[in-house]
Amino acid sequence: MTLHAVIIGAGSTGAAVAHDLTLRGYRVTVVERGEVACETTGRNHGLLHSGARYVLNDPPAARECAEDNALMRKLMPGILELNGGLFVALNEEDLSYKDAFLEACAQAGVPAEEIPVQEALRLEPNLNPRILAAVKVQDGVFDPFHFTLAFLATAKQHGAVVHTYTEVIDLLWNGRSVGGVKVRDRRDGREYAIGADLVVNAAGPWAGRIGAMAHVDIAVLPVAGTMVAVGRRWVRRVINRLCPPCDGGIIVPQRRNSVVGTTSWPVENPDYIAIPPEQVEAMLAAGEEFIPGFRSAPLRGISAAARPLLRESSQLVVADPGARGITRGFSCFNHAGDGAPGLFSIIGGKTTTSRLMAEVMGDVINEATGITTPCRTREVPLLPYHAFYV
Amino acid sequence: MRTLNLRIVRGGPGRPATYQTYQVSVDEHLNILDAVQKVWATQDPTLLFRHACHHASCGLCGVRVNGRERLMCLTPIAEFPEGATVTLEPLRNFPWVGDLVVDVKPLMDRMAAIQAPYVRKDELTAGSEEGTRFEDCIECGLCMSACPVVGSDSAYLGPSPLAMIKRLLEEPRGRDIQSLCALAGDAHGAWRCHSVMECVEVCPSNVDPSQAIGWLRRYLILRGRRQLAGAERR
Repeated sequence: MTLHAVIIGAGSTGAAVAHDLTLRGYRVTVVERGEVACETTGRNHGLLHSGARYVLNDPPAARECAEDNALMRKLMPGILELNGGLFVALNEEDLSYKDAFLEACAQAGVPAEEIPVQEALRLEPNLNPRILAAVKVQDGVFDPFHFTLAFLATAKQHGAVVHTYTEVIDLLWNGRSVGGVKVRDRRDGREYAIGADLVVNAAGPWAGRIGAMAHVDIAVLPVAGTMVAVGRRWVRRVINRLCPPCDGGIIVPQRRNSVVGTTSWPVENPDYIAIPPEQVEAMLAAGEEFIPGFRSAPLRGISAAARPLLRESSQLVVADPGARGITRGFSCFNHAGDGAPGLFSIIGGKTTTSRLMAEVMGDVINEATGITTPCRTREVPLLPYHAFYV
Repeated sequence: MRTLNLRIVRGGPGRPATYQTYQVSVDEHLNILDAVQKVWATQDPTLLFRHACHHASCGLCGVRVNGRERLMCLTPIAEFPEGATVTLEPLRNFPWVGDLVVDVKPLMDRMAAIQAPYVRKDELTAGSEEGTRFEDCIECGLCMSACPVVGSDSAYLGPSPLAMIKRLLEEPRGRDIQSLCALAGDAHGAWRCHSVMECVEVCPSNVDPSQAIGWLRRYLILRGRRQLAGAERR
């Protein structure tokens, strides 16, 4: 018997779970209240993480990034811009992290190679000539919308159905188990039920709202980050600051633009995030530190979206108001123990590791359903993103 | 803070199109897209609009702003005086889904038929496996909406797909030149353009489809001549 899974949310996480579950033989329906990748995923940096950003404070996350970075290069070749990245030290304090950084990269399996400053300036002539050190890493760039479409296109090829502009307004119950979703089609207001054997909550920063429909408390903290784009490609590669995660620590080139980010502040309601003007100013100033003259290029957009970070304890939030200390890892929950069998949640993580997150979610679901089909997403290449529209 | 009146087309297939006006206040440093999202989040959750990156990279938030095709994320609030009415309408020449949303499938199908590219080998790191994304087109559809020829000939390939074919003929990387030329040389291809130049006016992303179409015409003529002269082995 084929089991039917409804996935709530068509960000990179929900899309990757759809891909994973179709390959395991589930029948999959994805419901998304807006457009594909329209919130958290759409407004991320589009960085294919080398993993180096996390080697000092979250080595498991670093290792995951490095492994899936290498995998995705094989699985979605038409989506990724493989332009590489540099970590640069802008001052003595940055420089003091270098040895520990290189050591941590080696331990976490993150390829990293120190290069002479002169070599870095030859590769990136617009970089601040006063940088003190440079380390080459295997970053890449993608368009998050296309990245997500590629997973959904492949899931559709394997039978998945994707309903955009379709909002979940309640969960359906089958006795004491979650047995589907009640949705509203936002195009015409029609409300209808979609029955399912299991429901996967991949609603990102909105996961708590879905959990509340089943009286399950989900520890997700929406943390916003601001990015500012300017209309000039100042650098060929991704430029990271060699320091612990900090505001304004990265410039990602996208086509002929450069996107500098990011900040980090908890928000109450992720539906609308008013970006404070001082954050825009702070990002442009950070860009200027990397690239003298950065802000002379015309502004090409200001964006912020809420990341769904896991809240491990309330103390952590109080101790770290910027929420930088919270894990960038992810968690998959089977809510059978919370009184909602049939409901699963996948929270946190990064777009780079969407495939891995979906693999773990698939394993958790298989364990609950007794299905034994193995994960196949390490082998199956993804279709071009245009195929989503076939 | 600046207060604007957003006059937005509402409705969809089978429902009459009406204008609904929302008064909304947003900071001057933000863009029309932020104002629309604020309306959706605080006044009317039924409002439909497309968006993702908010920095002119994903190509999703194209609409007509006061009659002109633009990305909402690149339309500054500061452009409009306090109390101004700004009219927002969906793109033309695409099937209407509802409110500000259109179905971009016709454009995506064209790009898929062309096998639109993503990356090229990077000249500066030749021999490596690295590549840099070179194409400027973000497939936002603004040019398809602004082009009067697309409006009168639904089979016309359109400005951005033709510009994409030009990029591929410049750097084919193993693609089938014959079939690309067949697409571009078709009666609904490069020869269909009337040089109205609206595509150049509205493109938010440095693409010059009109120039590309001129390039394609020269390419097709020269290729035809060579073939007539038998200079090219078929």
